[in-house]
Amino acid sequence: MSHNDRRGFLAATAGLGLVAIAPGVHLMQVAQAQSQRAAGQPATKRQRWGMLIDTTKCAKGCDVCVSACATENGINETVADPRQASQWIRKIDIKDPQSDRQYSLPMMCQHCAEPPCVDVCPTGASMKRADGIVLVDRHICIGCRYCMMACPYKARSFVHQPLTQQNPEVPRGIGCVESCTLCVQRIDRGRLPACVEACPEKAMLFGDLEDPNSEIVRRAASAATTQVRADLKLNTGVRYQGI
Amino acid sequence: MRRAATLLALGVLSWLTLLVGPVGAADGVPKPTIRIANEGACIAPAEEMRRNHMDMLKHQRDRTLRQGIRGEKASLNECIECHASKSTGSVLGKDHFCASCHAYAAVKLDCWDCHQPKTGFKATGAKP
Repeated sequence: MSHNDRRGFLAATAGLGLVAIAPGVHLMQVAQAQSQRAAGQPATKRQRWGMLIDTTKCAKGCDVCVSACATENGINETVADPRQASQWIRKIDIKDPQSDRQYSLPMMCQHCAEPPCVDVCPTGASMKRADGIVLVDRHICIGCRYCMMACPYKARSFVHQPLTQQNPEVPRGIGCVESCTLCVQRIDRGRLPACVEACPEKAMLFGDLEDPNSEIVRRAASAATTQVRADLKLNTGVRYQGI
Repeated sequence: MRRAATLLALGVLSWLTLLVGPVGAADGVPKPTIRIANEGACIAPAEEMRRNHMDMLKHQRDRTLRQGIRGEKASLNECIECHASKSTGSVLGKDHFCASCHAYAAVKLDCWDCHQPKTGFKATGAKP
């Protein structure tokens, strides 16, 4: 199948999806219903979770997504050295020196299809789930931090001190590396990641990159989207618009 | 003569055993306190749970984390829901469910380095 054929096929299936959806049913609800997996069923390759972030909507100085992430994942410890603070998601302000154009964006684990953190992990703790979510198995993480070195996005953090205030759904602790999990505990129950749900500008779109009817795939087909450091050919699950 | 000596030696030995045996047993480490709130409501009989709970949890944790299987029969959070102390809400601390038995068995637990030992705990999201 040539490239153009495939493009046509995608457009046709997207059209079918639009027809099939009943009036009054929002696409987001459909996406959420699809993401609910029955108890006892494993995640499969039929889905690949991803995110599309519209930087033109992302307001400078707003860090609601960062706070929502901290609340959901129990990132509440005070650290002696601020450089040791866990950052599952952070806000970055960027300015193009040539044009002076400024924009702001959230940066977190990009959930690569070819994750360098998984390549370098000596124990197999750094792993990619079948549905594309990159995770750390803390049960076998030895805290060597190779993955932190390998990640081009500086997405991973190391916990330096004993923790006691974890959320029951989000275990995390001393001596292990951690990063954005796409709120796996919410996704598995058919909910959206905390940052996506909290964003007041609706700048973050979560969805299934393998589903041609999902809003994220349709938006990626119609608007210019970018992978950060696309030159590394990591095929990131988190894409950006307007950068 | 030799037979008499053997009999005497045996007699002395058995007497010593009788004297020392029960005293030694009474000096043993006290048995752990096991208070179970919902008796009989566990996922398996107590004997099976005592022997196999670590395997149940280990296999479940790998399936849940690595394959994304949710809603399994064995679950650490479910253990805590039932077995947390009524007074402190925790499974840790002297005389409480996990800690008392594991202190008795001299098995160090790493679970609580990462997992929350309190039932119904809700973390505050104060930003670091």
